[in-house]
Amino acid sequence: MDALLHQILAGLATGGIYASLALALVMIYQATHLVNFAQGEMAMFTTYIAWSLINAGVPYWPAFFLTIGLAFVLGVVIERVVIRPVERAPVLAVVVVFIALLLILNSITGWIYSYTIKTFPSPFPSQPIFGRYLSPHEFGAILVTLVVLALLYAFFRFTPLGLAMRAAAQNPESSRLVGIRVGWMLALGWGLAAAVGAIAGMMVAPIVYLDPNMMGGVLLYAFAAALVGGIDNPMGAVIGGFLVGVLENVLGAFVIGNELKLSVALVIIIGVLLVKPSGFFGRVQVTRV
Amino acid sequence: MSALLELAGVRAAYGATRVLHGIDFAMEERSITALLGANGAGKTTTLRAICGMVRSEGAIRFAGEPIQNRKTEDIARMGIAHVPDGRGTFLHLTTEENLRLGAYVRKDRAAVARDLERVYGYFPRLKERSHQQAGTLSGGEQQMLAVSRALMLAPKLMLLDEPSFGLAPLVVRELFHILRAINQEERVSMLLVEQNAAMALDLADQACVIETGRMVLSGTAAELKRDDAVRRSYLGY
Amino acid sequence: MVTVTILLLVVACVLPFIVSNYRTFQLTLVLVYAIALLGLNILTGYNGQISLGHGAFYALGAYCAAILMDRFGVPYWATIPVAAAVCLVAGFLFGLPALRLEGLYLALATFALGVAMPQLLKYHLLEKWTGGVQGIVIVKPAAPFGLSLNPDQWLYFFTLAITLLMFILAWNLLRGRIGRALIAIRDQHIAAEAMGIHNALYKSLAFGVSAMYTGIAGALGAVAVQFVAPDSFNIFLSIVFLVGIVVGGLASISGALYGAFFIQFIPNIADEISKAAPWAIFGAFMIGFVYLMPTGVAGAVRLLTARRRAP
Repeated sequence: MDALLHQILAGLATGGIYASLALALVMIYQATHLVNFAQGEMAMFTTYIAWSLINAGVPYWPAFFLTIGLAFVLGVVIERVVIRPVERAPVLAVVVVFIALLLILNSITGWIYSYTIKTFPSPFPSQPIFGRYLSPHEFGAILVTLVVLALLYAFFRFTPLGLAMRAAAQNPESSRLVGIRVGWMLALGWGLAAAVGAIAGMMVAPIVYLDPNMMGGVLLYAFAAALVGGIDNPMGAVIGGFLVGVLENVLGAFVIGNELKLSVALVIIIGVLLVKPSGFFGRVQVTRV
Repeated sequence: MSALLELAGVRAAYGATRVLHGIDFAMEERSITALLGANGAGKTTTLRAICGMVRSEGAIRFAGEPIQNRKTEDIARMGIAHVPDGRGTFLHLTTEENLRLGAYVRKDRAAVARDLERVYGYFPRLKERSHQQAGTLSGGEQQMLAVSRALMLAPKLMLLDEPSFGLAPLVVRELFHILRAINQEERVSMLLVEQNAAMALDLADQACVIETGRMVLSGTAAELKRDDAVRRSYLGY
Repeated sequence: MVTVTILLLVVACVLPFIVSNYRTFQLTLVLVYAIALLGLNILTGYNGQISLGHGAFYALGAYCAAILMDRFGVPYWATIPVAAAVCLVAGFLFGLPALRLEGLYLALATFALGVAMPQLLKYHLLEKWTGGVQGIVIVKPAAPFGLSLNPDQWLYFFTLAITLLMFILAWNLLRGRIGRALIAIRDQHIAAEAMGIHNALYKSLAFGVSAMYTGIAGALGAVAVQFVAPDSFNIFLSIVFLVGIVVGGLASISGALYGAFFIQFIPNIADEISKAAPWAIFGAFMIGFVYLMPTGVAGAVRLLTARRRAP
């Protein structure tokens, strides 16, 4: 019972990270109907930037917020420069561009920082708060995730810009008719997604250690979470993230062993795609011919 | 009085299919002008060309400024509100969110709030449904929402594409009545594309007829309504 | 066209005798990759089904060969047909549920397969056969019938023969009705179904055949490299295959060869600069080709030769 509780709580912590990355994926999907295969690498790259800042002597929280800002800019630049030319291109071209982006970010990081594993600090105190159930960092990660989600929700629901972004994602043509610059809304969406990804990266790095390939597994879980929740539903992505995190931990500890944890994500992804492709909360996509 | 909207030799095509073969047209301020014609004549395409939604050749001037092939969002910001074919409602947003989006480019919050109340005054049913998802509104209500959203832009010119489509005649009459009120009270000029020529000619001051991508007739609404030959050959009644 | 092919063949047969053993080994790998890329091209280039997980089928073929040779003493040449059969079935079975997935979703599902593969290979319950993290070491076969060829040269010719066979098979398959059906499904799948093409059957078969090709390549590759281990079959292998067909040329048979040269030799050259450099180059070339040369090297070659022939 004890062990189960621990796994569930730890699962919520990693689940929060998956939820954040899944949210980033859904934000981009809602606006563009594209799956950003490079989301993980974008998060990883920006986490390395945070590492550089901290190493250069910048205190943690200033470095944290500076990184978020830089990640935002990176997201905007990538959308305007790399993605815009292929927005209307056939699916294969788009997938290839995303994969190329993945490769380039991964290799640039390896080039600049080398492939040796680095430690990434956690801003949370080392005394356990909940005793043996949850480490301070895990608790902190859940907190950060919830704060980020609340802020995003408030932004989209209550601000004019958030409303405009929602409108641009749902109906670009009507949005133009009311004067919304749809192209820039897309870029903003990418910026926000990159910023959220950076937060996810900085929360996960202390757990899995900083290494250019650290986001591969996380990305897979995030895909699973986004699909479970419905790839066009932000709330669903968040719920999906927590669900996947808990499932991963519980199954890994008690059923299939820790080495096969990634296959949980694989099974979820293929299962959802076959059984209920619109996810549990998503809208069913009708393709018009 | 200089023309609010002028088109000169406007040609447009969808891919290889040429739809407009040279439209010449002028519209005065404060008027309601009806653009009539059969299905496929090019009425909707003309509106879309004005808004930059389809590439065109020739000249299009709004209040003297050339707006040829400018981006749709820039043209909207100049004060042209387009109520498109199919209404273009943001179905997953609420009624009020739809209206607020109409005023997205305006900076004066107080004026926007006043306009929102005025719009609810024209269409009280929208106020009742202000927090409902727009997709759940009836056809007539969505049409009112579309017109209201256009009004929230505080436009100089409103383009309406087949506002009577799919609506019961009583609803259309109510809507057109309100359009006339808006034209007179808000001083918004209107260019109305309609297949329902009879009702359109009742509402409009001026009218013109498009046939296979060319303007073939224009004059006051009263003239066109009176002329039997015109009515029979171009307007089908 | 025929003269060029014959010329190439002659050159190919002469090469192992004039270059070093290591070069011969590298050329063998080029041939191996060419078969794998041809496989991926059948599925993605000709039939439009995006796979980001073909490394998994390569791994399947490689482990088939390694397990048969090391645990059951099967001779190397017999492992090839077995790997082919296993991967044909595996691919077809994967292709059946994949029928329901379009474009991005299929890419997502195959991406997941590619990422999860190393973990699956390391699974402790299968360790008895797969050798776990350490993998399996196999011995390179010597030339039969007392031919005066060293093992590298013999393996090169063995692979060359199989490559020729696979290319001719593909050429036959793709230029006829089947090829046209695959392309029709790719470009206008609803019209294709309306015309009477049994979409489901063709698409699953395409998956099966594509997996078979890549599995054969995997088996040959395992024998050439003499080693299989889970971490060499990660998502980057699948990505490298994608790079290969984009650069070489989608929906092109010769493209598989150009692409294979590219993915085999770029790491060699770029490794000097840094460990990360080859990947950066792959990424840059992929993006470059998508924007500037979407038909790949094969397309460029076709353009050049067509222009010369035009009056």
